[in-house]
Amino acid sequence: MVNTGVMLCGVRLDNPIIAASGCFGYGEEFSRLYDLDVLGSFSFKGTTVAPRDGNPAPRIADAPDGMINSVGLQNPGSQAVRDELLPKMAGYFHKPVMANICGSSVGDYAALAEIFGVQEQVGWLEVNISCPNVKCGGMSFGADPAAAAAVTKACREKTDKPIIMKLTPNAGSVTDVAKACEAAGADALSLINTVQAMRIDLRRRAPVLANVKGGLSGPAVLPIALRCVWDVYESVKIPLVGMGGVSTPADVIEMMLAGATAVEVGAANLVDPFACPKIIDGLPAKMEELGINSLSDIVGAAHG
Amino acid sequence: MKAVKYKVLRNDPVADGVYDLVLSGDTSAFTAPGQFLNITVDGLYLRRPFSVCSYGGDAVRVLYKVVGEGTKKMTALRPGDAVDALTGLGNGFDAGRAGESPVLIGGGIGTPPVYSLARELVKRGVRPAVYLGFNSSADVVLAAEFVEMGVVPVVATADGSLGEKGFVTDVIDPAAGSYYYACGPVPMLKAVVSLMRIPGEVSLEERMGCGFGVCEGCAVRTTRGILRVCADGPVFKAEEVIW
Ligand SMILES: Cc1cc2nc3c(=O)[nH]c(=O)nc-3n(C[C@H](O)[C@H](O)[C@H](O)COP(=O)(O)OP(=O)(O)OC[C@H]3O[C@@H](n4cnc5c(N)ncnc54)[C@H](O)[C@@H]3O)c2cc1C
Ligand SMILES: Cc1cc2nc3c(=O)[nH]c(=O)nc-3n(C[C@H](O)[C@H](O)[C@H](O)COP(=O)(O)O)c2cc1C
Ligand code: FES
Repeated sequence: MVNTGVMLCGVRLDNPIIAASGCFGYGEEFSRLYDLDVLGSFSFKGTTVAPRDGNPAPRIADAPDGMINSVGLQNPGSQAVRDELLPKMAGYFHKPVMANICGSSVGDYAALAEIFGVQEQVGWLEVNISCPNVKCGGMSFGADPAAAAAVTKACREKTDKPIIMKLTPNAGSVTDVAKACEAAGADALSLINTVQAMRIDLRRRAPVLANVKGGLSGPAVLPIALRCVWDVYESVKIPLVGMGGVSTPADVIEMMLAGATAVEVGAANLVDPFACPKIIDGLPAKMEELGINSLSDIVGAAHG
Repeated sequence: MKAVKYKVLRNDPVADGVYDLVLSGDTSAFTAPGQFLNITVDGLYLRRPFSVCSYGGDAVRVLYKVVGEGTKKMTALRPGDAVDALTGLGNGFDAGRAGESPVLIGGGIGTPPVYSLARELVKRGVRPAVYLGFNSSADVVLAAEFVEMGVVPVVATADGSLGEKGFVTDVIDPAAGSYYYACGPVPMLKAVVSLMRIPGEVSLEERMGCGFGVCEGCAVRTTRGILRVCADGPVFKAEEVIW
């Protein structure tokens, strides 16, 4: 029997698979399809202090081996999530959930860390400083080491729960931002958020997305994500959660070899609602084929 | 929602750039006309959504128009080929609101779900008035099948090559009937909603990421706030859509 369990910031995951934020809602739709407790965990939709309507439609464009979205953090706001959605979630998910939070000021992040930092169901805070689809906040924090450190510090002061800073590949230097987050007290880093991208409609001679630009995800970004995880693994000591295009057990193992302790699966859930349970079911056979007894043994193993 | 592996029974051209695709397999997830399925097209990442034209037994039928890469690839499907689909998506039309004299309005490739609703209403013993609008006689679909059902549609074409010349809104009496149902391109739906003097519902389209309510990709502005075309719709009350 192979061992798929991993530890992420002192919290045990039965397997390293975490459904990624924005591709899993708050879990309810998926809970009608399969038992969510098969997951390592899931990261709920990026939640802001107040409700957000998001960007105008069209918000979705197809891409070679991927998709581009400009949803713009549409969510019901922190109060509704805490008072309505978390209690509902307790009925269909019985493991620690990852709270994905996003703000447009350092104060917003602190307020969100305070709210979700005391929720028993929340295992980790995933602090999204990398959303490319909101005008202020989001990626503007994640692209600048000093701003990223300020957000990390503000969250750190509000909670003892593990803080995972979610990084963007669109920063000048993702390793500088990673190091700044580590120094400011982050427990872990997750990466990558989507890669800024766009499509143009040939007939209309205009951008497909109403927002013009969006974020690319899906298999197309896997090699970029691997490169980012690789670089950051060499620059920091804290654990990494790798994501970007992961769709198969082989992708999970590749991401872990690059340096990820756990792995998030995003867009794959949208095109195949059973993507996560399929990956989880397939992991033991892939491990046996590759002579891996315990997944935690291979984290960063490709670095020699 | 149910994920189903279908086999193609038929995939034939029936009008200018329009194909009639019949799939055999599980249709149990479909509960109302106006629902849709989301099809995987080989070589493309995102699925493509299509309204069901009819469903029942072990067959589901879709009429699709070739407009881009995905629908072009679909024309290569041959009998026996496998098609992966998420089925039973969306709310569908509420046939219960039809009343005694419902009015059905279809525009172009928005006609198939309206046809599906007409079948349901006729089954319930209600005979709807049907109005269909197309660009030209070469684009007309399903008109003969409405007649076979005992419902003679009023057809309008923009170029006058069949039926009345003009738009579908030129041939409807806006105050006649108990309730209306409409599906078609956005400009047509807008015109219909502002014309009609009776209550009704409309089926909308939006580009989709998932089709089952988790990505917030398919937003529509309504008087109830931002809703998802795929999970809260595609059918909305006419008065609640903010165009
Ligand atoms: C609920 C619903 C029901 C539909 N029913 C039908 C139907 O019965 N018959 C039919 O012919 N068409 C229908 N459509 C439209 C159909 O989904 C698009 O024409 C098709 O996806 C175009 O794909 P493509 O690759 O050929 O075009 P491309 O333009 O190459 O597609 C690129 C992307 O745009 C999306 N897209 C393009 N146009 C539309 C559109 N109008 N609506 C949604 N997404 C779009 C595609 O899904 C894809 O992601 C429906 C759409 C929705 C949302
Ligand atoms: C539709 C959509 C919405 C997303 N929303 C969020 C979000 O709210 N918060 C966040 O941190 N990341 C969000 N992401 C990014 C994903 O969590 C993930 O980082 C990215 O898509 C790369 O992984 P993937 O290729 O497996 O999708 C979103 C991605 C998609 C496709
Ligand atoms: S397409 Fe994903 S929520 Fe509607």
